[in-house]
Amino acid sequence: MLKVLKSGFYTTLQDEGRFGYRDKGVPVSGVMDVSTVRKANRLLENEDDASVLEITMTGPTLQFEQDTFIVLGGAEMSATLNNQPIYNYRVYKVSAGDILSYGRLTEGFRGYLALKDGFKSDNILGSQSQYFPITTSGSLKDGDELEYLEVSSFDPKISELKIDPQLGETGLEVSKGPEYGLLDNDHLEDIFFKEFSVAKEYNRMGYQFEEKIKGYKTSMITSATLPGTVQITPSGTLIVLMKDGQTTGGYPRILQLSDKAISILAQKKFGDKVTFKLI
Amino acid sequence: MTNYPISIRPFGEHAILVEWPNKVDEDILLDILQFSSHLKMECLDSNEWELVSAYNSLTLIQRKRRINFEPFIKQLAIWYSKREGAHQKDKYLWKLPVCYDLDFAIDLEKVAKELAVSVEKIIELHTSHIYTVFGIGFLPGFMYLGGLPESLEASRRAEPRPKVAKGAVGLAGKQTGIYPQESPGGWNIIGNCSVPIFDAKRDEPCLVNVGDKIQFYSISRAEYKLHKIEGEVGIYQFEKIKLDA
Repeated sequence: MLKVLKSGFYTTLQDEGRFGYRDKGVPVSGVMDVSTVRKANRLLENEDDASVLEITMTGPTLQFEQDTFIVLGGAEMSATLNNQPIYNYRVYKVSAGDILSYGRLTEGFRGYLALKDGFKSDNILGSQSQYFPITTSGSLKDGDELEYLEVSSFDPKISELKIDPQLGETGLEVSKGPEYGLLDNDHLEDIFFKEFSVAKEYNRMGYQFEEKIKGYKTSMITSATLPGTVQITPSGTLIVLMKDGQTTGGYPRILQLSDKAISILAQKKFGDKVTFKLI
Repeated sequence: MTNYPISIRPFGEHAILVEWPNKVDEDILLDILQFSSHLKMECLDSNEWELVSAYNSLTLIQRKRRINFEPFIKQLAIWYSKREGAHQKDKYLWKLPVCYDLDFAIDLEKVAKELAVSVEKIIELHTSHIYTVFGIGFLPGFMYLGGLPESLEASRRAEPRPKVAKGAVGLAGKQTGIYPQESPGGWNIIGNCSVPIFDAKRDEPCLVNVGDKIQFYSISRAEYKLHKIEGEVGIYQFEKIKLDA
């Protein structure tokens, strides 16, 4: 078991997501920063959908009760193993009784803890990803325990990766959304020639931006939305839906973030600036 | 069978949006379901694809791979022309019990006043019509219902409530529906439906499908409590009637 001594600000168990239930209104969920988690899982030679902990802003304190191997990735959160600093994208062996804790967030917003073969929690509707009320809790609580298999020997083919350049990226690649055609030249100038700063409303469901553009009022018929869909509200706020975002919506879907752009945005926090670039 | 002028276009790297004429129309919905069935049965691997239909659109989402749009769009147009006769899931009319007791129906008197009819008349109107499920989304198990009589069109609340109870039955504009979980909401609350239309513990979490129909009936507080307990322990028996194809 991995024992959650302190859960931190918002720590969740996530895999690649819950597929096959969007037609019943169930969001796909899953890790926000897919490209980081892929790297971490591949260093451990795990399947891509091995579950990991997604650690938001302030990290947890965790105790390992069996030997295993771990990789950290994503945000720089001053992690320590038994009070010794450890670094992203390196394979570490941990032993029963070891304590992983986190310090100050210095870059990015979401850190990840991957371990050999992933966690063995129950699948609910085909996924371990926490999303309330599909799972009984939306995040980990103090005292929770997560099951994993003991691994005492593992000889990684690659034991370390260069530091991730993606954390510092600010350009979000987008393609045209289904209602892109509603935008006029004023809109386009605002969207593609200005910077947007992340507003206080940002979480796993969606990101909003401080800067408003000209609003768009229309009576659109409700239709499907995806992670990475950029909607424009009647008052001109841009909302990017993320992994726990609703599966349908009634605001014009003007842009669609690429997979890479979703991963980049997932590492942004209040006040961080981004730009949109059409591909 | 009507061949609608459909538009097919990319929606990001992993999805394709198919749109029918821009209106809420039961024949369009049936055509979408026919096409969707054909795609699921004959054309697409369900391990790789998810299909989300809503009102006048069908969105095809590829789980992982990027879509090679140009050939795929051509292929979809061909598949659309061959949808006729595809086997479809049975459709049902679901009879759902609603308790309109004023303890749950916190806006019922306000709505009655706005529409200048009695509370009883609202209940009678709300239960006498049959609604069509045009989409499921917004929250897990939330049904977009069409077919509300004009006489029940009430204005949405000026300020949304931060918390609406699980099972709350709402009324706003041309829409009525059930909040499947506690959530913020701006609709007028005129009752509560305590039966588990959506339950993540079941293999098929949401019993109702797009294209099904819903009719409400009025129950007492005692029956409400009974159904609530039956739902919680997993023995509530839904009342459903198979509809002719």
